[in-house]
Amino acid sequence: MKHIDAYRNGDLARGLAATIAAEAKPERQYNFMEFCGGHTHALARYGIVDLLPANVRMVHGPGCPVCVLPIGRIDMAIALALEHTAIVCTYGDVLRVPASAGLSMQKAKARGADIRMVYSPADVLQIARNNPSREVVFLAIGFETTTPPTALVIQQAQRENLPNFSVLCCHVLTPSAIGHILTSPEVAEWGTLPLDGFVGPAHVSIIIGSAPYEPFATQFNKPVVISGFEPLDVMQSILMLVRQVNTGRAEVENQFTRVVTREGNRAAQAVCEQVFELRDSFEWRGLGEVAHSALQIRPAYAAWDAEKKFTLPYLRVPDHKQCDCGAILRGVKRPTDCKLFATVCTPDNPMGSCMVSSEGSCAAHYTYGRFRDIPLVTHP
Amino acid sequence: MCLALPARITRLLDDSMAEVELGGVLKTISVALAPEAQLGDYVIVHVGHAIGLLDEDEARATLALFAELAQHEAH
Repeated sequence: MKHIDAYRNGDLARGLAATIAAEAKPERQYNFMEFCGGHTHALARYGIVDLLPANVRMVHGPGCPVCVLPIGRIDMAIALALEHTAIVCTYGDVLRVPASAGLSMQKAKARGADIRMVYSPADVLQIARNNPSREVVFLAIGFETTTPPTALVIQQAQRENLPNFSVLCCHVLTPSAIGHILTSPEVAEWGTLPLDGFVGPAHVSIIIGSAPYEPFATQFNKPVVISGFEPLDVMQSILMLVRQVNTGRAEVENQFTRVVTREGNRAAQAVCEQVFELRDSFEWRGLGEVAHSALQIRPAYAAWDAEKKFTLPYLRVPDHKQCDCGAILRGVKRPTDCKLFATVCTPDNPMGSCMVSSEGSCAAHYTYGRFRDIPLVTHP
Repeated sequence: MCLALPARITRLLDDSMAEVELGGVLKTISVALAPEAQLGDYVIVHVGHAIGLLDEDEARATLALFAELAQHEAH
């Protein structure tokens, strides 16, 4: 497939790996955090970790929107379906995220809740049009990539004056999470790895551009390379980070120039600005409350805001005591450090959020990496 | 969740919609967020919406750079 296959060429990957190994200085350690779950998945799926020299370590960050969605938000969606008998629609990955009382949206569906998986928010509008006697709610999650389509459907619902459609808005912002990783006092409490740079978001940056990451380079002295999701993209970005560290630079560089500009997608930014405003604070699973890190629907569109329409309270719910997702999302621990990993917590029966989406750190390691930890034994 | 793929616009439709083709599969998507998209352009498709245009010149430049960076092994 054009613009996909060419970025997965094995010979070029081996050549890039050799270049990284040659340029990474043996006397120092390089710790880079990849923010997006898509990068985590690419690193695990294509075996990139095995191609990197031992002193270049990739640390998985909190960049999977499914993984950072707190239990209390899923409980709200389940309550809408079970108590308000609404049709609740969301993206596929969200259905399996563990919620309170041993439930998930999938399990609530088994109890009779009308919960439906959608590919696009436009599909939810159609469900609302087809079911005028039912309340239809879209549990909208995701980073800046997924936010503009949600904004478009809210505007469309207003144009059509669709009274039975609303959105439970859980959209979160990428730069806030990176800032939190670098500054939060809780991070100091947990302990954190010294990070030498970030592999910056790919598709998020199509929308917001590369400019919002510039403060991390200037204020925190951390290099950021905006990277595409294909394996060669990720490897080139790692090489660009190694080169920045070696030369003492801390800049925002853009590897994904075929789609990302400094300014981003102005049309998408405009529609988001019209529909959404900043929340004062939002709870992230694993990170806790993060100030100005999420969006809510503006009062002008309150009729389509499920939180206002159903006066839904948000209740904070702690994660499973043994679950280490919080530390894993901050890059402090690895999936294998968690007692639940690959024992009671598996992709078929996820206990923590990192195991749910294929882009989660634990799911990626479970699927592609767990046998790498076992030393090979040669029989005589 | 963040899956987004490059697909080529094969037909522009009414109401900011377009038909795209990816590996032989045709799909109708919204181009409201990429209003400058033209017939034959590659767009990045995410949750049924084109969220950006793919710059073919930059794509070629990136591929050329990969080849250059990967030369180390040959030397």
